[in-house]
Amino acid sequence: MNGGTKTMHTTATPAPARTTRVPALHVLQRLPVTLLVLLVVFVAVYPVVWIFLSSLKSSVEFSSSPMWALPQALAWDNYARAWTEGHMSRYFLNSVLAVIPSLALVIVLGVMAAFGLEIMRWRLSNVASLVFLIGIMVPIQIVILPLFTVYFKVHLLDTRLALILTYTAFGLPLVVFFLAGYFKTFAREIIEAAIVDGANIYQVFFRIALPMVMNALVTVALVQFFFMWNDLLVSLTFTQDPDMRTIQSGLLAFTGQYGQREWGPTFASIALAVAPTVLVYLLLNQMVMKGMAAGAVKG
Amino acid sequence: MNRVLSDWRAILVFVGPALLLYTGIVLIPILWSLGLTTYEGSPITGFHRVGAANFVRLLHDATFFKALWFGTRYAVFVSAGQVIFGLLLALMYAFYLKKTSALVRTLVFLPVVLPTVAVAQMVSKLFAIVPQYGLVNSALHALHLDSLVQAWLGQGGTAFWIIAAMDIWKAMGFYAILLYTGLVDIPEETIEAARLDGAQGWSLARFVVLPLLAPITVASLIFSLNGTLKVFDSIMALTGGGPGNATTPLTLLFYKTSFTYSEYGYGSTLALTLAVQCLIVTLLIFWRARRSGA
Repeated sequence: MNGGTKTMHTTATPAPARTTRVPALHVLQRLPVTLLVLLVVFVAVYPVVWIFLSSLKSSVEFSSSPMWALPQALAWDNYARAWTEGHMSRYFLNSVLAVIPSLALVIVLGVMAAFGLEIMRWRLSNVASLVFLIGIMVPIQIVILPLFTVYFKVHLLDTRLALILTYTAFGLPLVVFFLAGYFKTFAREIIEAAIVDGANIYQVFFRIALPMVMNALVTVALVQFFFMWNDLLVSLTFTQDPDMRTIQSGLLAFTGQYGQREWGPTFASIALAVAPTVLVYLLLNQMVMKGMAAGAVKG
Repeated sequence: MNRVLSDWRAILVFVGPALLLYTGIVLIPILWSLGLTTYEGSPITGFHRVGAANFVRLLHDATFFKALWFGTRYAVFVSAGQVIFGLLLALMYAFYLKKTSALVRTLVFLPVVLPTVAVAQMVSKLFAIVPQYGLVNSALHALHLDSLVQAWLGQGGTAFWIIAAMDIWKAMGFYAILLYTGLVDIPEETIEAARLDGAQGWSLARFVVLPLLAPITVASLIFSLNGTLKVFDSIMALTGGGPGNATTPLTLLFYKTSFTYSEYGYGSTLALTLAVQCLIVTLLIFWRARRSGA
């Protein structure tokens, strides 16, 4: 992750107005490219806009006007129906109650492990790092059946704890590697100086190491948030009770059973599943992009 | 110094909890899963040893080979699409939009963060034919191309292309950012020098930019293949593997075998083949990259 994430020049400020006196010919030359850029942006964004527009249409509009028409009156009750009749409120709550504790756990355990692996000196630290690396390469399917068997035996199926344990354990390898990379980049002298000055290892961790990786913590937490919020396989496998479903597995069931005839609430429920990720992304897009790219290069 | 940094109790405090959870939830289950391939049954019916029977069954299972072929074809096609479109976007960002590309980059990345299930539900509405025409069919109808109106997701042939298009659409912004990062790392002087030597447009891209970008392109390809071989959410939510088994990759076959038919031993065998496939692909590309000097 070549020396922090400064390599991406993602300043939001456009270049100064250098197009004040552009010859007409030049504008004409640029036209195909401009159109292409607009097409690319349209293709990327329109489907998302379409979900939100469609979620506000009344059921009459779906049969009377074409699918690309704008909603005539804003049918907010689609959201009310998805939220109550479609049980999206419950799915939403289940997702929040599974994702937030998992995020907290994976960050706390991950930053501690990364510190222990990268900063502390012990003989088996390389072996331990390698062991975590396996988790990045192996497909999740290979552990699903043994986990299901264990959770079944200890009555953890259909509990949030099963989801939390699984999300946390599967998030760990990436978090550990990401943060170990950050610990590697800063000067060991700072830590050694602190120790010479008489700091114990916990003071080093809390007062020096932790503040230095704070930004990285936020980044990696964001990336994990998207993984966990968007998960289907784990929640589909370990929660079969409809009351315990998360928003993704709930959405899958929802549109299957009730959504076929009810387009409005169906689109509203899709919008509800999408909304948190879109909101987080709109607020923190630069950080999200950097984090995901850095995570990929590492993983 | 070493006394503080090698304090085993502190090491245990820092690494212990994570390693314990990881060992219990990931490491031991991996080994357990390998063992399961020699068993038959489920936690409800009980397990009994069958030796190599699951592997013998694998070799005679036409459904398995069909899923293997579908998954491989899908992974190759979609990875190529993701990386090629990502590369084209990255070149566009770097050479046409230059410093003004931030907004475009942000917008094109948006699909990456969306939940795949929601995206798949949306796409199924795009291509719907019942209860009413979706966006695509209603557009075709409006253009008087009624002969093209069809059950896009109800036919194996068209369903493949729709799944592929969706997964390329969803991820191309991600590979664009990855490759763009590589592009802006190429020193300006290198490109200027090539320009002075007469390289322009396509030849500049072909002989200067792309070779310099090769390592990160290969990395993207590995990442993409690794991801697409594990495709689950999008197909599960879009077609459920159907019609019939026409769009069933190994991951879906694994899921059905394990949880619809409760065959855990055979399910583990399928999961193992998936893991081996991922490993082979990674090694193959590393080997190729090393030989071509990338």
